[in-house]
Amino acid sequence: MTRDEIIAAVRDIIHTIAPDEDLSNLNSQERLRDQIELDSMDFLDIVMELRKRYGVHVPEEDYKELSTLDGCADYLAPHMADKELKLSV
Amino acid sequence: MTASPERFDTLIIGAGMSGLAAGIRLALFDQRVAIVEKHSLWGGLNSFYKLGGRRLDVGLHALTNFMAPGTPGAKARPLARILRQLRIPFADLALGEQHGSEVAFPGVRLRFSNGLALLTEEIATHFPAERDGFARLVAAVTDYPPVEAEERSPSARVVLREYLRDPLLVDMLLLPLLYYGSPTPNDVAWSSFVVLFKSLYEEGFARPEGGVRRILELLRGRYLEAGGELRMRCGVEQVLSRDGRAYGLRLEDGRELRADRILSSAGRVETLRMAGPEQAAQIQPGDIGQLSFVESISILDTPPADLGHAATITFFNDAERLVYARPDEPVDYRSGVICCPGHYAAEEPHEPALRLTLLANHARWSALEDADYYALKERVWDLGHAAITRYAPDVRPHTIFKDVFTPRTIEHFTGHLNGAVYGSPRKRSDGRTPLEGLFLCGTDQGYLGIIGAMLSGVAMANRHALAGGSGKADTVLSGVQP
Ligand SMILES: Cc1cc2nc3c(=O)[nH]c(=O)nc-3n(C[C@H](O)[C@H](O)[C@H](O)COP(=O)(O)OP(=O)(O)OC[C@H]3O[C@@H](n4cnc5c(N)ncnc54)[C@H](O)[C@@H]3O)c2cc1C
Repeated sequence: MTRDEIIAAVRDIIHTIAPDEDLSNLNSQERLRDQIELDSMDFLDIVMELRKRYGVHVPEEDYKELSTLDGCADYLAPHMADKELKLSV
Repeated sequence: MTASPERFDTLIIGAGMSGLAAGIRLALFDQRVAIVEKHSLWGGLNSFYKLGGRRLDVGLHALTNFMAPGTPGAKARPLARILRQLRIPFADLALGEQHGSEVAFPGVRLRFSNGLALLTEEIATHFPAERDGFARLVAAVTDYPPVEAEERSPSARVVLREYLRDPLLVDMLLLPLLYYGSPTPNDVAWSSFVVLFKSLYEEGFARPEGGVRRILELLRGRYLEAGGELRMRCGVEQVLSRDGRAYGLRLEDGRELRADRILSSAGRVETLRMAGPEQAAQIQPGDIGQLSFVESISILDTPPADLGHAATITFFNDAERLVYARPDEPVDYRSGVICCPGHYAAEEPHEPALRLTLLANHARWSALEDADYYALKERVWDLGHAAITRYAPDVRPHTIFKDVFTPRTIEHFTGHLNGAVYGSPRKRSDGRTPLEGLFLCGTDQGYLGIIGAMLSGVAMANRHALAGGSGKADTVLSGVQP
């Protein structure tokens, strides 16, 4: 997966978790939490979906790396380079 | 020769709101999960049935916790949070807001609707001396920490004295909260008061189009779609355990199922009894709830509005002081709840109806022979409607069909001892039981009502079945509590 595909993958997961959120204006450098309503439960769902869809295991101490879309791409790139993008919609 | 027992990651006892919500969470993350339900219909205390060709809801007066999308802060409130966790789009609930409700006592009536504006205005009009006190109470509710164990929480009546001087206003504010969620007589824990105050007054009432069937169809559909198994007519007889750890269930038909963990929505005492004599020995006097209700549904030939009744829900009290307790008589006619399911912003239900809820005594109803039982149901419908004519029109001449159910009905269909709708007065907010691997969800974990039960199912599934027991994830996840 490319960097853009990883971001697409994370956006797709967020869309699955929060179907009522408008994601069209998400800024990739800003904290996700400041742009859309995601509480700790939702955040954990992102981690669990990453594991379910791509087999990526994010340990708790690394959760903070996922706070922005760019952060997600940086952190996940080495783990997801050889994975195929799977979109739910 | 027996086949080896089936294995699951998690087994859930009960297909009520909490069991279905818990099941969805686990199925979403690929657990092998089965919900085992004693009855042939799902929904538990808020199920549905058909009688005389009519589709009726057992319980639905109001979906609480309604906040219109777009209201500041709405997305952080329980309704939106649960829907996200269950991945149900808000629009799918097709909610219509209430027209407006009221608390009616002899000589004084407080109207309220969704959001605090109307209630605040009404208090300023009818209790001008309490205006500031009420404002301070609202602030205290807002500032209340999100997670505090119910067991340590003081009584709401004691805390309310710091804010309000007039006992009449205290009773009036408490009446809806007690009827919609207190397992304890005449009072409620302060922690529950805060949750209920927000759910009923700050947020509010709505009705899903199609009533409770819509909510249950969404839950059941989501659960099955995510890969969960739902086994109806599958009563659990025993929770199997070894060395203090639960490992499976024995069903009434003798079959056994195995699982790494079990979530039970059957109630704490009910579950401990299933766990065997050693566990049942831990049950203390007073653990079993005492508060139950009689509920009647009357289908009318004329809309209540045409008979001069506009309110969606009327919480009434006719006595000098409010008494919310198990009556000595089969039914207490002095206070109760009147609900018009048609008084929501929705095109349905198609037939006008009026529901009446009154406190009832389980033992008195259970002692009756069948003939006397049915006769008493008729009498209670008649006397109940005669008793509320100060607060609602007399619908008796307009009733074309009616049904009445009692604490006995509730116990029979949900297994809750004494027909105690809000379960045990002692809640276990962490959901733990003396057995490892056996957890409570729903009524006796502490969150009540439809939204409360779903929240409980989600929270307990996250905490005990998804978090993997890790300390940190546990803290993160327990953030679910409102
Ligand atoms: C008349 C009435 C009106 C109500 N109105 C409203 C309302 O308007 N708004 C609102 O928010 N709330 C309302 N409530 C409350 C609300 O319905 C409950 O708080 C909520 O549904 C509780 O859900 P639960 O999952 O905790 O428990 P339950 O619904 O009781 O679920 C437990 C399930 O476990 C099953 N079970 C028990 N023992 C066994 C066993 N041994 N084996 C297998 N299965 C078993 C039961 O059959 C049941 O289906 C009302 C309740 C009643 C009775």
